[in-house]
Amino acid sequence: MIPSQNSHLDALEAEAIYIMREVAAECERPVMLYSIGKDSSVMLHLAMKAFYPEKPPFPFLHIDTTWKFREMISFRDRKAQELGIEMLVYTNVEAQKQGVNPFDHGAAYTDIMKTQALKDALDKYKFTAAFGGGRRDEEKSRAKERIFSFRNSAHAWDPKNQRPEMWKLYNTRLKEGESMRVFPISNWTEKDIWQYIQREKIDIVPLYFAAERPIVYRDGNIIMVDDERMRFNEGEEIEYKKVRFRTLGCYPLTGGCESEAVTLDEIVAETLAVITSERTSRVIDHEALGSMEKRKREGYF
Amino acid sequence: MKGLLKFITCGSVDDGKSTLIGHMLYDAKLLFTDQQKTLELDSRLGSRDGQLDYSLLLDGLMAEREQGITIDVAYRFFTTERRSFIVADCPGHEQYTRNMAVGASFADLAIVLVDATKGMLTQTRRHLRICALMGIRHFVLAVNKMDLVSYDRRIFEEISSEFKGLAFSLTAESVMAIPVCATDGDNVTGASKRMAWYKGRSLLKYLEEIDAGDEDAASVNDGLIMPIQRVCRPNHTFRGFQGQIESGSISVNDEVTVLPGGEKALVKVIYCADKTADRATLGQPVTLSLDREVDVSRGNVLVKGKEPEISSAFTAVLLWMDSEELVSGKHYLLKCGTKTLPATVMSVKHRIDINNGKHVSADKLFKNEIGECDILLNENMVFTSLADNKALGGFILIDRLSNMTSACGAIKHSLRRSTNIVWSDTDITGAMRAELMKQEPLTIWFTGLSGAGKTVLANALEKRLYALGKHTMILDGDNIRHGLNRNLGFKEVDRIENIRRIAEVSKLMNDAGLIVLTSFISPHEEQRDNARRIIGESFKLVHVSTSMAICESRDVKGLYAKARRGEIPNFTGITDVYEVPGKADLTVDTAELSIDEAVEILMKKFFT
Repeated sequence: MIPSQNSHLDALEAEAIYIMREVAAECERPVMLYSIGKDSSVMLHLAMKAFYPEKPPFPFLHIDTTWKFREMISFRDRKAQELGIEMLVYTNVEAQKQGVNPFDHGAAYTDIMKTQALKDALDKYKFTAAFGGGRRDEEKSRAKERIFSFRNSAHAWDPKNQRPEMWKLYNTRLKEGESMRVFPISNWTEKDIWQYIQREKIDIVPLYFAAERPIVYRDGNIIMVDDERMRFNEGEEIEYKKVRFRTLGCYPLTGGCESEAVTLDEIVAETLAVITSERTSRVIDHEALGSMEKRKREGYF
Repeated sequence: MKGLLKFITCGSVDDGKSTLIGHMLYDAKLLFTDQQKTLELDSRLGSRDGQLDYSLLLDGLMAEREQGITIDVAYRFFTTERRSFIVADCPGHEQYTRNMAVGASFADLAIVLVDATKGMLTQTRRHLRICALMGIRHFVLAVNKMDLVSYDRRIFEEISSEFKGLAFSLTAESVMAIPVCATDGDNVTGASKRMAWYKGRSLLKYLEEIDAGDEDAASVNDGLIMPIQRVCRPNHTFRGFQGQIESGSISVNDEVTVLPGGEKALVKVIYCADKTADRATLGQPVTLSLDREVDVSRGNVLVKGKEPEISSAFTAVLLWMDSEELVSGKHYLLKCGTKTLPATVMSVKHRIDINNGKHVSADKLFKNEIGECDILLNENMVFTSLADNKALGGFILIDRLSNMTSACGAIKHSLRRSTNIVWSDTDITGAMRAELMKQEPLTIWFTGLSGAGKTVLANALEKRLYALGKHTMILDGDNIRHGLNRNLGFKEVDRIENIRRIAEVSKLMNDAGLIVLTSFISPHEEQRDNARRIIGESFKLVHVSTSMAICESRDVKGLYAKARRGEIPNFTGITDVYEVPGKADLTVDTAELSIDEAVEILMKKFFT
């Protein structure tokens, strides 16, 4: 069989695989961040393809805030076992003991349980290069980030001092304590992600498919009641609605949408028709203009 | 449907690049609604009379919104019914030229904006040259702000003819000139009533239809080029070579040649990503296994029906991007394809004037300057010209200390130094001279801080060797700085040259059969590596590791005190860095060992 040559998805896939192989060949201690979402599922799939018949020559790392949807955690454990990959899980245990949670601590929660935990985990394992699933179409400041993005020893990004990135010639040289974030799917759009999942029949968390789930309506968002730790505002009552999620994160911070889409084809059709970019459903991004850039300078992924 | 089109927009400051692309996205109704809301909100916050400011869509970073200019490359994605696009919006400001080159290296086509009221500017020419340097062959000239020149056809035609003249004299294969008005949208997505004299396609329509990709049939039918990214060894039986096909195609049972070595083998298995295949072509990521054991590693290139250059020297056009200027003779790391190796820019042949393309004599290149240089590698490399193949014709130079990507370059042609320069054979060889002296010639290279004890040790060691009837020579500041190198100062270029000459002299003395002991601070790994390269296997590095505190307390010559008073610039340990050797053959600390003990250790290590 002669594979098709010029499809848009083939070009994006080849680019991502090339980048992953470069990192594996040149970087000392790579790791792939795994958030369990659809972009991570695509990244995992690409990594399995890139090194075949070898397994990916690096571990995967999940930063567990302990507030993820339960279905995400069981999916993560199942995939790691099925594929025979090394899955590291890291939680900011100190903060967890102190009771840091998404209801009381707002933006600080994200900083402590995600940003800080990620930095701690990277320091703990001394990873020099971390693959992330960030895409340039997600947010304006991401649109300007390089594929190989440097972090100083405090994991901070300096948007004014990025290394020039020419052709496919990635400069992976680091000094002691510095590290790199690598974004192999920088040039993919949300539409590409879904079309690729469809084409490659990639396994994704069932939360992406519509099902009847216990939810509350909160500030225009649909929040799922995933466990007994959920707190309710006055007047909120659990309703059962057919909903699904377009992005996944911590359940109290992740908005769903009402939907009838129960197959992959239906999801893709629905997504392509929807003209709301996906980050609308992440409550956190609405805090301030330029919020992502601020957090990234501080080391958020 | 056409394949993906990657293009960039460039031009001078205030030509309206961001506005043009913003308007194209907006008009074609390609915006996600919440981005549109943000745009309306942003516009209310910061622009003219509640009108949409399209440029805010692209000027993403906060810093730029404050300064009002585009400082980095922003990538935007859009799809029409006919094609998918990625657009890199590039900075126009002079100090960010390197960012524009990043965008240009990524693109197949460039839209160059020119302000109709200003015509072609220095920046326009510079950008055109950078696009050409980075390998772009298709150009669109958008003459913007036509409303401000009363939609005057003559002005448009004058600018187009000047632009085309320059573009075709560079590398352009196609140039399309379109008169536009980015704020109002004329000829951006639809025709312009106000410029009925323009009969061509609108910008978007043209972009939807042009063939500019690298997937043209010629490259597919060309010979195979596949640079090896990594060797894949899942178990003892399978050994696969992974990489992307950068030219041509490959089928099972084809014979391939491994360069630079030249070994040949048949292709046994092809995996396209994770599926076996009979054939793979341009652009595909593959894993190949061969029918026999051949020596293949990262940086090698598999070829079939194609003969790239193999040489250790070439001529190239460089775009200098570092704020530290290019110093001839300094060592950089060069990355080309999947190969990274030490390289030296031998000389700047000339700088290229961005306005007229003329050659200007120069011995340095500063940030944002373009020049032609000869580059010398420390081993053979497989390459092509950039015009022949992007993957093996472009390279970057990396500064070994700062790790900065200092330059990018396009290879023009091989210099074939290795085949042109032939050493004249002599009848008496170095080995014969050494045998006559009954000794093995070595260069013991002592490195360490001032006052560490290098000279004391070298002298003590020489006495011991002399007593044993060995033929020796000491090189130190006293006999080198005052004679051979007295024309050298303490600037970086001079320091590099100083060490180079010492190394060359040591090599000649080794050739004459002598044991050479050198005593120089030689603080930088790069200088020591260079000496090791020149001298070869006879080079032995001894790090005299006496601590800074001890050296300063000894201060035999009073130099530390002077340096502390600021009287000596670039004093190692105080105002200049001493890089501890990563690969010393021996380390001795004169604070912990007596001189006799240290000499004993040296004798044991090198002379038994």
